Amino acid sequence: MIEFIQQLINGLSQGSIYALIALGYTMVFGVLRFINFAHGDVFMLGGFAGLYTAPVLLKFFGGGPSFPGATAVLLAAMLICAVVGIAIERLCYRPLRDRPRLTVLITAIGVSLFIESTGQYVFGVNPQSFPEIITDRAIEIPESWGAVSALTITAGQLIVIGVTIFLLIGLRAVVLYTRLGMAMRALSFNPLVASLMGVNTDVVISFTFGLGSALAGAAGILTSIQQPSIDPLMGVNAGLKAFVAAVLGGIGNISGAALGGVLIGFLEALVVGYINPTYRDAIVFAVLILILLLKPSGLLGTSEREKV
Amino acid sequence: MIDRSKSLLLLAFVVCGVLSALAGNINPYYYDIIIGVGINIILAASLNLVNGYTGQFSLGHAGFMAVGAYSSSWLTLSFGHLLGLNTPGTTTTYVLALIAGGLMAALAGLAVGIPSLRLRGDYLAIVTLGFNEIIKGIIQNAEPLGAQRGLGGMLQHTNFFWTYAFAALTVYIVLSLVHSTYGSGFLAVRDDEIAAEAMGINTTKYKVLAFVIGAFLAGIAGGLYAHFKQFIHPEGFNFLRSFDIVVMVILGGMGSTAGVCLAAVLLTILPEWLRAVSGYPWLPEWLRPITENRMILYSLLLIILMLTRPQGLFGGVNLKRKKS
Amino acid sequence: MTAPLLQLDAVTMQFGGLRCLSDFSFAVGEHELVGLIGPNGAGKTTVFNLITGVYRPTGGKITFAGKSVVGHRPYRITARGIARTFQNIRLFSSLSVFDNVRTACNMHLQHGISHALLRADGFAREESEIESSILELLEIFGLTAERDFSCRALPYGDQRRLEIVRALATRPKLLLLDEPAAGMNPTEKIELMKLIRFTQEKFGLAVLLVEHDMRVVMGICQRITVLDYGKKIAEGTPGEIRRDPNVIAAYLGKEADA
Repeated sequence: MIEFIQQLINGLSQGSIYALIALGYTMVFGVLRFINFAHGDVFMLGGFAGLYTAPVLLKFFGGGPSFPGATAVLLAAMLICAVVGIAIERLCYRPLRDRPRLTVLITAIGVSLFIESTGQYVFGVNPQSFPEIITDRAIEIPESWGAVSALTITAGQLIVIGVTIFLLIGLRAVVLYTRLGMAMRALSFNPLVASLMGVNTDVVISFTFGLGSALAGAAGILTSIQQPSIDPLMGVNAGLKAFVAAVLGGIGNISGAALGGVLIGFLEALVVGYINPTYRDAIVFAVLILILLLKPSGLLGTSEREKV
Repeated sequence: MIDRSKSLLLLAFVVCGVLSALAGNINPYYYDIIIGVGINIILAASLNLVNGYTGQFSLGHAGFMAVGAYSSSWLTLSFGHLLGLNTPGTTTTYVLALIAGGLMAALAGLAVGIPSLRLRGDYLAIVTLGFNEIIKGIIQNAEPLGAQRGLGGMLQHTNFFWTYAFAALTVYIVLSLVHSTYGSGFLAVRDDEIAAEAMGINTTKYKVLAFVIGAFLAGIAGGLYAHFKQFIHPEGFNFLRSFDIVVMVILGGMGSTAGVCLAAVLLTILPEWLRAVSGYPWLPEWLRPITENRMILYSLLLIILMLTRPQGLFGGVNLKRKKS
Repeated sequence: MTAPLLQLDAVTMQFGGLRCLSDFSFAVGEHELVGLIGPNGAGKTTVFNLITGVYRPTGGKITFAGKSVVGHRPYRITARGIARTFQNIRLFSSLSVFDNVRTACNMHLQHGISHALLRADGFAREESEIESSILELLEIFGLTAERDFSCRALPYGDQRRLEIVRALATRPKLLLLDEPAAGMNPTEKIELMKLIRFTQEKFGLAVLLVEHDMRVVMGICQRITVLDYGKKIAEGTPGEIRRDPNVIAAYLGKEADA
C-alpha cells in the first residue's frame, strides 16, 4: 500500500509536468482547432533557456542555488518561451489561418523538426547538465507519522507540484476573470461571432500561444530540477505524452488537460513500478489509440458533429 | 488508352532489363544513389496513393517498409539455402520473398487502416505515427529479427532491374487505379466523404484499400532496400524516415504521381549533393550546418513550401483554397 | 392503392436534449413529386439525413420499397435506390464535371479492382459504356461542353445542375433535393422547376423536394407536407396548404390573424 502511494506521489510530480505542457496543446486547439506539433519543443527550449540564464541570474542573487534565484530563472524561461511561441505563431501559423487544417499540421511538423535539428546543431547533440537552481533533498518524515514515514518525498517533487498548482490557479484566474481570458473562451466557441463582437482575434491568439508556451517553459525548468540532464530532443517524448494527456482529458478543455496530465503521470508511474519500465512509452501510445477509438472527445470534452 | 498503359509497362520492363545488362561496372557510389532513387520512387508513389489520392494523412509509411524489409530478410536468411538463393543472381525466388514481405506489410496496413477509419486529419496523422513507433518497438524487442542490434547477412539480390521494374509496376498500379471508374472512389473519399457515401461509394473500403495497397508497395520497397544494403536496423525505419517520404509527396504535389516521382529523385540526390558541398573549402561557415544536417534544410524547406506553394511542384489538389 | 415507395412511421430524432423530429409519419409514392416545407430549423434536412442514413433515428421506422433502411450505411441506402443533393453544394472540388459524375457510376461497376489493374478487354468495354452513359446525361442537362472543366469553374446554377446529374447517375428510384433553388435568381428558378419536372418524367422517379421558395414548391409539387419544430402540422395539395391556418401561423406568427 505504501508502495502504491509512493508511485502515486512520483506520478503526481511527473504528471504535473505533463499537465503544464498539455495546457498549451489544449488552449491552442481550443482557439485554432489544430494540434501544435511544435509545442513539445518549446518545453525543451524552456530547459535550455534556464541553462543559459541560470549562471547570470543565480549570481545576481548571491551565487548558488536559492529560492529567489530559482524564481528568477523560472520567470526568465517562461518569458523567453512566451516570446518564442508568439513568434512561431506569427511567422508560421498566422499566414495559414484560412488554409485547410492539413497545411497547418504539416507546417507544425516542419517547425518542430526545425527546432529540434537546429537545437542539435546549436546546443550539441549530447545531453548537458542543468545547474542546480534550488537545493533538492529528500524530506524527512518523522517516525511518529507511522507507516507514512517510509515514503520518499523530495523537495524537488514538492516544488514541482506546488508551482504547478500555483500556475494552474493563476491560469484559471486569467481565463475566468480577465477580458483576454473571456475572449479566449469566446474564440474557442465561435471564432466568427467572437470577431464580430469586437474581439481582436490576432491579439487573443497570440496571447493564447504566449500563455501556453510560458507554461511549457515553466515545465522545462521544473523538470530540470528533478532530472538535471537536458538535450535538444527531450521535447519529443514529453510532448507526445502531454499531447496524449490533453486528448485523454478532452482536447480543448483546460481542466481536462490538467486532469489528463496527472492521470498519465500516474499511469506511467504504475507501469514503471509494477509492470516493466520498457513498456512505459508503448502503454502511453496504446492509451492514445484507445481513447481515439472509444471516446475521441476525451473524459471532459464534448463531441463536435459535422453539419451535413 | 487502356491497352496502351499495359504495353507501356511491358516496355518499361524491357528497358530496365536492357539498361541493367548494359550498366556493367558502374561506380558503386552512383549505383547506390540510383538504387536509392528507385526505392524512394516506390515509397513516394505508394504513400501518394494514401495521402494524395485518398486524402488520408499517414505519417507512418516507414513502418510498413520495415515490416517488408524484416519479413523478406527473415525468409531469405532462414530458407535461402533451400531455395537456391545462395548466390546473388539466382534471384527469381528472391522475388517471392519480396512479395511475401509486401503481403506481411499489407497485413500491417490492414491493422493500421481499420482503427484509423473513424479519425480525421490531425488525429489520423498522430495515430499512424504511433503505429510506426509500435512496429519499431516490436522489432526492437524481437530476438529472431536481431532486436536492437539490427539484422544483417542478406545477400545483395537487389539490382537495377528489380528495383526499377518494381518502381514501374508501382507507378502503373497507382495510375491505373486512379484513372479508372473503380479508382474514382479514392478521389471521392478525399474530396468529400459524406458526398462520396451519398453517391454509393463505400468509403471504408477505399480508405482501408489505400492503406493496404500503399503498405504492400512500401513493403516491397523495404525488401529491396534490405537486400541491397544487406543490413537493416529498427532506427532506420523511424518517424524521420516516414517524414522523408512525406516531404517527397508534399514537394511533388499530393495527387500527382509524376510530381512525387520527380520529388523522390530530387530528394534522394539532394543529401548527396549537400554532402559533397559541405566539403568545399569556399563554403561560408554559416551555411555549413545546413549542409551537414539535412534535417535543418528539409524542415525549413517544408515550412517555406507550406507558406508559399503548398500544392508542391505539380500539385493536383488545391491546398490554397479556404475550406468552407 | 400500391404501397408507397418510401415510408416513415413515427420517426423521432433526438440529439442529446434537443428533439429535432417528433413522431413524424410520412410517405412518398412511386412517381410522386412531393414537397417538404417549414420554417428554418423545422427539421427538413434532418429528415433527409435520416432517410439517407447519415443519422440513425432515435425512434420509429423508415422503409424503402418495403424493406427497412434504418441502421444501414449511407452507401448501401444509395444502392437501394435513394439519391440526394445537398443544401450546401457538395461536389468533388478537385474533379472535373465528367469525373464528378463518374464517381456516381462506381456503385454499378460489374468489374472490381483486378480489372482496373489487369485491364483486359472487359475493362475497356465497361469503361466506354460508362463514358457513353455519362455523356448522355451531360447532354440531356446541357453540360457537354463543360465536361472537362473543373467543377469549381462552373457558375452556381450549373453546379447545382451538376449535383443533380451526379445523383441521377446512381440510377435512383427516389431523388431527394435539398433546397435546389437556394441562391438562384427568378429566371434560374423557373428553369429549375422545368428541370425537376422534366427529370421526374424522363427518369420515372419519385422526387422529394425540400425548398424555401413557395413559388417553386407550389408550382411543381403534387403534394406538400409542412413541418414546424419537428412536428408535422399540415399535409395536402398546394391549394390546401396555401389556405391552412396552421401553416400561415407557423410562417408568419400569430399576427397573421390580426
